[in-house]
Amino acid sequence: MSTLSLNQRALLLSVVLLFVGLFVWEMAIPAQKAVGELTEYERLTGGGAQKAGVPPPSQVLAKAWEELSNPFYDAGPNDKGIGIQIGYSIYRVLSGYLMAALVAIPLGFLIGMSPVAYKALNPFIQVLRPISPLAWMPLALFIIQDSEASAIFVIFICSIWPMLINTAFGVAGVRKDWVNVARTHELGHLKTAFTVILPAAAPTIVTGMRISIGIAWLVIVAAEMLVGGTGIGYYVWNEWNNLDLTSVIFSILMIGIVGMMLDAAFATLQRAVAYAE
Amino acid sequence: MSKPFLSIENLTQCYPDGQGGTMTVFENATFGVEKGEFVVILGHSGCGKSTIMNILAGLAEPTSGVVKMDGYEVSGPSLDRGVVFQNYSLLPWLSTLKNVSFGVAARHPDWSKAKVLDHSREYLAMVGLEGDVIHRKPSQLSGGMRQRVSIARAFANHPKLLLLDEPFGALDALTRGTIQDELLKIWGGTGQTVFMITHDIDEAILLADRILLMTNGPFARVAESVEITIPRPRNRTEIVEHPNYYPIRNHMVQFLGKRSKELAGQASDGAAQSPATVRIERTPPEDESGEARRLRAVNL
Repeated sequence: MSTLSLNQRALLLSVVLLFVGLFVWEMAIPAQKAVGELTEYERLTGGGAQKAGVPPPSQVLAKAWEELSNPFYDAGPNDKGIGIQIGYSIYRVLSGYLMAALVAIPLGFLIGMSPVAYKALNPFIQVLRPISPLAWMPLALFIIQDSEASAIFVIFICSIWPMLINTAFGVAGVRKDWVNVARTHELGHLKTAFTVILPAAAPTIVTGMRISIGIAWLVIVAAEMLVGGTGIGYYVWNEWNNLDLTSVIFSILMIGIVGMMLDAAFATLQRAVAYAE
Repeated sequence: MSKPFLSIENLTQCYPDGQGGTMTVFENATFGVEKGEFVVILGHSGCGKSTIMNILAGLAEPTSGVVKMDGYEVSGPSLDRGVVFQNYSLLPWLSTLKNVSFGVAARHPDWSKAKVLDHSREYLAMVGLEGDVIHRKPSQLSGGMRQRVSIARAFANHPKLLLLDEPFGALDALTRGTIQDELLKIWGGTGQTVFMITHDIDEAILLADRILLMTNGPFARVAESVEITIPRPRNRTEIVEHPNYYPIRNHMVQFLGKRSKELAGQASDGAAQSPATVRIERTPPEDESGEARRLRAVNL
């Protein structure tokens, strides 16, 4: 073992855990008896009918293969490929998230720079922040009168807070020395904001953005279950109504994978703006 | 008498003492710095050296009093007054070269990018930073190298006044010596007016034309202005041989050890507090060698 690097050993362990987990899952599913083995009484009480049960991993993998080999088919409102559903979800998440960033980052800058703005806005932030984003849904539906836009609004409202608070915190925490460097070089307010404060606060801001995208991806699934129509959240709920648990498990896995990729994108961004003092 | 290049007039700084009253750090401090002069200010912690420095830089406002440079009152920071901070204050997300060039670009907005970079490289080379090093981030540099970058950044802008706030305070003794030599070399080439804070008497004697001695706070004042009567160019190993070296050094040790306490805490009653000039001269005059070893302390 000593010849393997730390990463190689960790990978090996991951693969072992995966196979053990899948094996235990597969074994834990009781096999259905063939009709021929049933007693007459069992047949009469409906024992021969196909019973709904949690599918074994082999079935899920087969389903995944089937779905992923043709992800973008569109056969009517209730039968769209997984790629289309995820595409809708990502589109909603990104549009709500982008709007939130456009509001939260400039506002966070203002709050971080001005103690008055901080004190004035803090009570509102503290009251609005703990509200579950889905609690906004009825109000959004009534005011906006559009389920699609309401889902985007819910994403907007849930991703705004971590970005706002982290931006304000990062901007307020920029070292006085660096601001003094900007002042002694006669940089204007805008130049100081972009060349000194933004890069200095960027790691904190991006951390807030990373938290926000994670929350947005959590919330979109629930929001789409409510508004329906399209999206991965709707897909999960639709397959539950179809009692197709194989598709439910497959889509749960897909939600996890897409969430992981979104997070990885922001981790890359975080590395790009990081600096050592 | 004509006004000096930099004149500090009746500078007073008070802070609230936390019990409803005010605490006066220094009061009616009045002194001048001539063009091209290297002035060092020495004093114990808490006497307000850094506050004076921040006021000169325009980063802080005095309670009362004015600072005039070239006849104009100083208000707010300016590119005419370059600052080297004790903790280097390099921007950690920029490379060494960019840390210098952003200052040069701010000073000369009309210069082309190539010209800004060439100018920056030239000044980095003056402090011994050349080659790959200039593309490293400050976190990948040693403390001494970081302070070199900071010095290059300040000199590259040709400020009318260069303010050095304990620039070598965080460096080990050997590195400090090397950078002091480099500072002297650059300063000799540019003839910049320099105002520097330090805690180190030997460093002050090596670098300064004149040393301002401050009494302890509260009510600190610039009590004496000691001329360093040792000819330039100076060299750390040779100046200790100079007959004036130890008399000057002893005078300052005495001041900081004893008299700075005795003179402390005296309110000025509104009068301007100019430092007394002290000149210590023990070199044998060439024509009157018999009269060697005499001390002249002249209070003007």
